[in-house]
Amino acid sequence: MTDQLLNLACGLFLLTAVGVLWRRELAALITLLTVQGVALAGIAVLLAVDQRHAETAGVALAVGILKIAVLPYLLRRILARVPEARETAPLVNVATSLLAAAALTLLAYAAARPLIDLAPSPTAGAAPVGIAVMLIGFFLAATRRRAISQIVGVLLIDNGIAAVAFLATGGVPLLVELGVSADLLLAVLVLQVLTTRLHAAFGGTDLDDLRELHD
Amino acid sequence: MTRTPALYLPLAAPVAAAVISALLGRRTAAWAGVGAAASVLAAGAWLAGTVRGGPIVAGLLRADALTAFMLIVVGAVATIACWAGVHHLADEAAAATDRRYLILVQLFITAMSLAVLADNLGLLWVAVEATTIVTAFLVGHRRSRASVEAAWKYVVLCSVGIAIAFLGTACVYAAAVAAGAHGSAALNWTNLTGQAADLDPDLMRLAAGLLVLGFGTKAGLAPMHAWLPDAHSQAPAPVSALMSGVLLSVAFYAILRYKTITDAVLGHGYTRTLLLVAALASLAVAAALLLAQRDYKRMLAYSSIEHMGLVALGTAIGGRLAITAVLLHVLGHGLSKAVAFCGAGQLVTATGSSRLAAVRGLAARYPALAASFGLALLALLGLPPFSLFASELGIARAGLAAGQGWVIAAAFALVLVAFAAVARHGGRILLGPPDPTPTIDPAASAPTAGAIRLRPAAITPLVIGLVAAAALGISLGPLQELLQAAATTILLGR
Repeated sequence: MTDQLLNLACGLFLLTAVGVLWRRELAALITLLTVQGVALAGIAVLLAVDQRHAETAGVALAVGILKIAVLPYLLRRILARVPEARETAPLVNVATSLLAAAALTLLAYAAARPLIDLAPSPTAGAAPVGIAVMLIGFFLAATRRRAISQIVGVLLIDNGIAAVAFLATGGVPLLVELGVSADLLLAVLVLQVLTTRLHAAFGGTDLDDLRELHD
Repeated sequence: MTRTPALYLPLAAPVAAAVISALLGRRTAAWAGVGAAASVLAAGAWLAGTVRGGPIVAGLLRADALTAFMLIVVGAVATIACWAGVHHLADEAAAATDRRYLILVQLFITAMSLAVLADNLGLLWVAVEATTIVTAFLVGHRRSRASVEAAWKYVVLCSVGIAIAFLGTACVYAAAVAAGAHGSAALNWTNLTGQAADLDPDLMRLAAGLLVLGFGTKAGLAPMHAWLPDAHSQAPAPVSALMSGVLLSVAFYAILRYKTITDAVLGHGYTRTLLLVAALASLAVAAALLLAQRDYKRMLAYSSIEHMGLVALGTAIGGRLAITAVLLHVLGHGLSKAVAFCGAGQLVTATGSSRLAAVRGLAARYPALAASFGLALLALLGLPPFSLFASELGIARAGLAAGQGWVIAAAFALVLVAFAAVARHGGRILLGPPDPTPTIDPAASAPTAGAIRLRPAAITPLVIGLVAAAALGISLGPLQELLQAAATTILLGR
């Protein structure tokens, strides 16, 4: 039963990342990211139940609050302040992006070999999903032009790494996870302020306009 | 536990100074900041004495010779930067943002102290990422288009880079758990060096690559250096001094800590290859972009990439001589670069521009500033008596002894190109014919440019930094023993 739920959560986790590449409305990206947060917290809860481990349950709670409630709230606030609803012209079109996502997922399975071979728990078999989401995050951050899309890319990378940590090791220690979550929250707050300043200074958040500095 | 106060002082002093900055007037706050930075330096010296009897561990914190040495570097550079910052603030017009500036600088110093004091490698990661967050606002302090752009690139690139390092940390954790450790002790450096024989080599190979890439981004190693020239040229001068002088080294310190573990598992060859590639790439990028540089703050930023390349080169060579030289290089570069950036900050205040073309013939206009800036450039070029000469010589000798002749030849050929470029630009700044038409950069918002008199007091910290860098080049004195002990820590893991 737990196994099936875990597979379901991992599937949802990967699917939402692909969905982020597919949709262009910035509001939809935030919804997808929230759903991904639910999937990630679900993975953590299932592992905590499976191992009957209180510390993992604490980590699951912290991750859940951050990824389901706080970060989406912050992203929606950015969107409210910077009125741009759509990713107008991504550098790579949607069809190509989806093909890239498929390629990146295959790459993830190849890269995660040593991690799967070593880990004692069967859940490690799902770790490539986390790496795939991380790679999709890199792809998103590199090919989208709106500031908020780039933030979503950074968050996907972080979600992916968190999933790898959960699936391969049963979660990093609570203390480390709390520090990591605090850093992530602050980073998003910083990016929120910077987005507003970008909007004020450049009259938009198209990152292609950032060409003041060069050699 | 009578010896633990020295462990907490480097964290408590800057936090206290941050609180003072929040409550009291800015002059008091600025001097409290200098005091806090000096306390970090003093704590480093104190710890250097106490760790002779073995490392001190207290909870999550741990200090050994390497920690003590890094605290001395952080403290020394921070003292120069904060001291110069007192005068920098007096020159800047906007007083409203001063308070936030002072608080953030102190939190920045706290985060760096925490990074070098952390025993837990997860905590080390958290502290290094925290430096990115704190400095983001410092880079974007002036809120101009250029500085907002620099801050955005800095946060996004460094967050992504450091995320890769976190994946590496998770891999190390997975290897440690598989080897039988559990809980947060599994990520303790002491624990990992102890059980290195049990760690899985394949997983550690993956981890080492991710860690060098991730922390290498933050250390400004090519090809992940793209954020560095923008961030370092846009930040206020004292912050540039801290970022260039110590933050890069603190990020590299993380690589040094992990190198001890990965070398014990994988042997020297693997990280050596990774670091050699990064070192030569950094030197090549720096040399190429220094040649055609038109902005002197960016010139200093590329010089930092060059010096981090040399640090990576020395680390790749390995061995006692090379590692000792690397550590000395870190300290010498920190001091010289802090002086150079703080001098550059005063130049910008005086001339209203950071374009090389706008600051010719400086020696005639501002003799004292020109002398200290020029000497700092000479120190960065690696000329005697400054300590960078001794450390570069040490790295070259160690490389030749290790049979890496071709690598050393290639690396120092690139260093020579960078030398020529910086020497040419520096010569024009100091001695070149004064600009016939003193065109003030229209974009620069300094209506009184040229009219500002430089106060002698502002030069004092620069002179102290230069004297320290020169003294280190002549004799290491009591630091000799500490450097040897720190090298032992890196090489043997104890």
